[in-house]
Amino acid sequence: MLNKYEAVIGLEVHAQLLTNSKLFCGCSAKFGNEPNTNICPICLGHPGVLPVLNKKAVEFTALMGLATNCKINQKSIFARKNYFYPDLPKGFQTSQYDKPLCEDGFLEVKTKDGLTKKINIKRIHLEEDAGKSIHDQAYETLVDVNRCSVPLMEIVTDPDINSSEEAYLYLTKIKQIVQYLDICDGNMEEGSLRCDANVSVRLIGEKTLGTKTEVKNMNSFRNVEKAINKEIERQIEIIEDGGKIIQQTLLWNDNDNNVSPMRSKEEAHDYRYFPEPDLMPVVIDEKWQTRLLSILPELPEKKIERFVTQYQLPLYDSEILTQDKSIAEYFENVTSICDDYKSASNWIMTSVLGYLNEKKINIKQFPISSENFGKMLNLIKSGIISSKIAKEIFSEMLENNSDPEIIIKEKNLVQISDTDEIKKIIEFILDTNKSELEDYLNGKEKIFGSFVGKIMKESKGKANPKIVNELLKSILESMKN
Amino acid sequence: MLPYKNHFEKLELIKSKKIDLVENVKYFLNRIEKEKRLNAFNFVFEEEALQSAEIISDKIISGNHGALAGLVIGIKDVLSIKDKPLTCSSKILRDFKSIYNATVVQKLIAEDAIIIGKTNCDEFAMGSSNENSAFGNVLNPVDETKVPGGSSGGSAAAVAAFLCDAALGTDTGGSIRQPAAFCGIYGLKPTYSRVSRFGLTAFASSFDSIGPFARSIEDISIILKSISGYDKKDSTSSQIEVPDFTKSLNLKSENIRIGIPKEYFSEGLNEEIKKSILELIQNLKNKNISITEVSLPHTEYTIAAYYILTTAEASSNLARYDSVRFGKRSSKIDSLNEMYKNSRSEGLGAEVKRRIMLGTYVLSAGYYDAYYLKAQKVRRLIKEDFDNAFSSVDVILTPTSPSLPFNIGEKSDDPLEMYLSDIFTTSANLAGIPGISIPYAKAKNGLPIGVQLLAKQFDEENLIKATKIIMELAE
Repeated sequence: MLNKYEAVIGLEVHAQLLTNSKLFCGCSAKFGNEPNTNICPICLGHPGVLPVLNKKAVEFTALMGLATNCKINQKSIFARKNYFYPDLPKGFQTSQYDKPLCEDGFLEVKTKDGLTKKINIKRIHLEEDAGKSIHDQAYETLVDVNRCSVPLMEIVTDPDINSSEEAYLYLTKIKQIVQYLDICDGNMEEGSLRCDANVSVRLIGEKTLGTKTEVKNMNSFRNVEKAINKEIERQIEIIEDGGKIIQQTLLWNDNDNNVSPMRSKEEAHDYRYFPEPDLMPVVIDEKWQTRLLSILPELPEKKIERFVTQYQLPLYDSEILTQDKSIAEYFENVTSICDDYKSASNWIMTSVLGYLNEKKINIKQFPISSENFGKMLNLIKSGIISSKIAKEIFSEMLENNSDPEIIIKEKNLVQISDTDEIKKIIEFILDTNKSELEDYLNGKEKIFGSFVGKIMKESKGKANPKIVNELLKSILESMKN
Repeated sequence: MLPYKNHFEKLELIKSKKIDLVENVKYFLNRIEKEKRLNAFNFVFEEEALQSAEIISDKIISGNHGALAGLVIGIKDVLSIKDKPLTCSSKILRDFKSIYNATVVQKLIAEDAIIIGKTNCDEFAMGSSNENSAFGNVLNPVDETKVPGGSSGGSAAAVAAFLCDAALGTDTGGSIRQPAAFCGIYGLKPTYSRVSRFGLTAFASSFDSIGPFARSIEDISIILKSISGYDKKDSTSSQIEVPDFTKSLNLKSENIRIGIPKEYFSEGLNEEIKKSILELIQNLKNKNISITEVSLPHTEYTIAAYYILTTAEASSNLARYDSVRFGKRSSKIDSLNEMYKNSRSEGLGAEVKRRIMLGTYVLSAGYYDAYYLKAQKVRRLIKEDFDNAFSSVDVILTPTSPSLPFNIGEKSDDPLEMYLSDIFTTSANLAGIPGISIPYAKAKNGLPIGVQLLAKQFDEENLIKATKIIMELAE
């Protein structure tokens, strides 16, 4: 970006809520069922049907509001957004307009240069999803109504974001929070989290906003970042060439890494919002709010703080471990078995996360139970096995989640800590390496390590390295004299 | 003629085997056939009605039956009955069948009523003469050159012509009360939210009410009692307890205070109707009933507010008739827009289109505040007018309609003139209050004159009590 420009970005995030049933009827909200099987007269928009609001969806949205420092409106109302489309059975989407459930919140993100950036959240509202039009069929468009009326939460920021990096960090945080609240699975690739970006640029120091464009159709966090960068570039280029930005909707194309305008006909909408007469206002009284506060789980920031104090972990470790609520949970389960917190943290951050990344699975699919993992750490802590042996056991446990105590017994992997036994091995190695011993005693002390290696090898790695070191040192010292 | 005047008498006669319910249903079926030219019914369920009659007859005789056992009832064709056509008298739904029961239908069936058919009406309940129907217009049984009123014209005509015991209609701006007045029977619009709207094809959601037509106030009361009450399928339905309206008839009624709104007796009111109502007022005074003049100062804005708000809601409610999932699709469907345009142009009638366009306009960007929002404010003022009036009176008495039943075709080319037919009835829907039309008198030419009573929200009891006083005077 040319240094004299700054980008101004606002994000609209749609999150599909994890309720069992749809927003206005009892149909299953499950994703991936046979097309047009989760349907009833209500979500099909048959004559005479009326919506009944799913209370759970209201709670989920209010929880998101609380988690993002929003004010929960005591009274909010639904409104109809009118437009025609084949996947919209009623000819209107029931949404919220001028009185959303939550308003005026914020989130803070930490940028690469270590700065904290506050991003204001204008509103969070609840609405129903549309169905799915399946184009590109041989000769016709097909409509799947299953998704119709699945609850969606829309989170809208103020134009507070100034870079694609901030946008990315904000989205990551949103995803982390919805997963912590267990209200959305946060999967952008599958569309359960969707993001549109409003982008404009202006000269640094300029007070008024530039003309904005809306960029849609990004299906991953990285694509949001890429699309925003592309759009900023495009706008600056136009301005530098003396042109003007046209307010329009652009679609991100993943294949050619570029944005292209949507046909203007498709965006020429007057939605004619008006209050939904079939639903009563949603009233969240103090009692309900108190209850919501009481079920609000510990959020990432609090958890990071607690991990630092309770487990004496470095901030870095705490941040990594709490990125995913389930991993934090796994860590805490492990520490309930083994109290060597730092060791647990190290193992999880390297071996466990490494394995999850490699296999592209999540912690819930991780083969080793927290109990067995904790037991393994205890075996290390108490010196029964060495870290090296532990690596072997870890691989073995990945295969079938076996109990590490049984593995070491079966494979005879218990660490040798018996000084007599280790002494015998040391003596054997010194006996069979007379010339090196000579060299050592003549002052070539560097080869101490090679003795240790040989001893460990002789013990098949089972000798306690600490004891080997101590014992070898004292034997060699005594020989010197 | 029927040997009973109301449902209670009918039940007694069936119990004592003086009448046979199956024969009674056959009588109505014959009447429907004979009076076919009235065009009151869109569909008649001959077989099912006879089958139900047999079963329910046994239930009555064994003494184990619902409150409406054997009541033969017609249902306006905007209400859902499972596996039956639901056309709303529109071409676009000509072949549509409903796949579920409206709550009111469910309740009627639970009380052992016999549903004999679906009655004709104005398309999507929009109209005041029943001339906007894809099934053709309905004749007024009192004078077949006249309209029966609308939009529930088929229901009113069917009851007036003895084609059934009673009927359900819907009232968004007078669609029960005005046809009841035109056909000389009783028609009651309950308090908004008293009766579940689930299964009622929406015209204007915040105005629509379902209510009964009958030839006696007793039948009105018992049907009202049976269909009222909270329904979890309708979030706007009221949890307020439903009184036993059949007992309201026996309550002391001399102390009732009646208000006369001065704004309702201005120009444009038919002289004969005016004279008749003034006579009624005098008679009530003579009986020492308290009569006070009240004022509803925002009356002149009712029609404007009503047509802005109802058409706004209608434009949205009727968007679903797009021929995508159901309804008649045009054969000219070269593109998606063509499909929408042609299917709706061919499938919807002129009045419905007019209201959709009006409603779309008043909600449009730049016009919303001037029309929709302003009309909402007027609606609040009208509500407040009634609140004020009901602080000093129990019921308000007005003419139901400014005119006697008019000729078929007389107003069909002049929508504004037609809209004024509702001038005395729309205020109740704006305020959400209950109203009833009582067949009080007849004009010189024999056409019926209806008197309307209005009460405050959830006070149908006072409507019924006051009706009793007026009918005693009429006799």
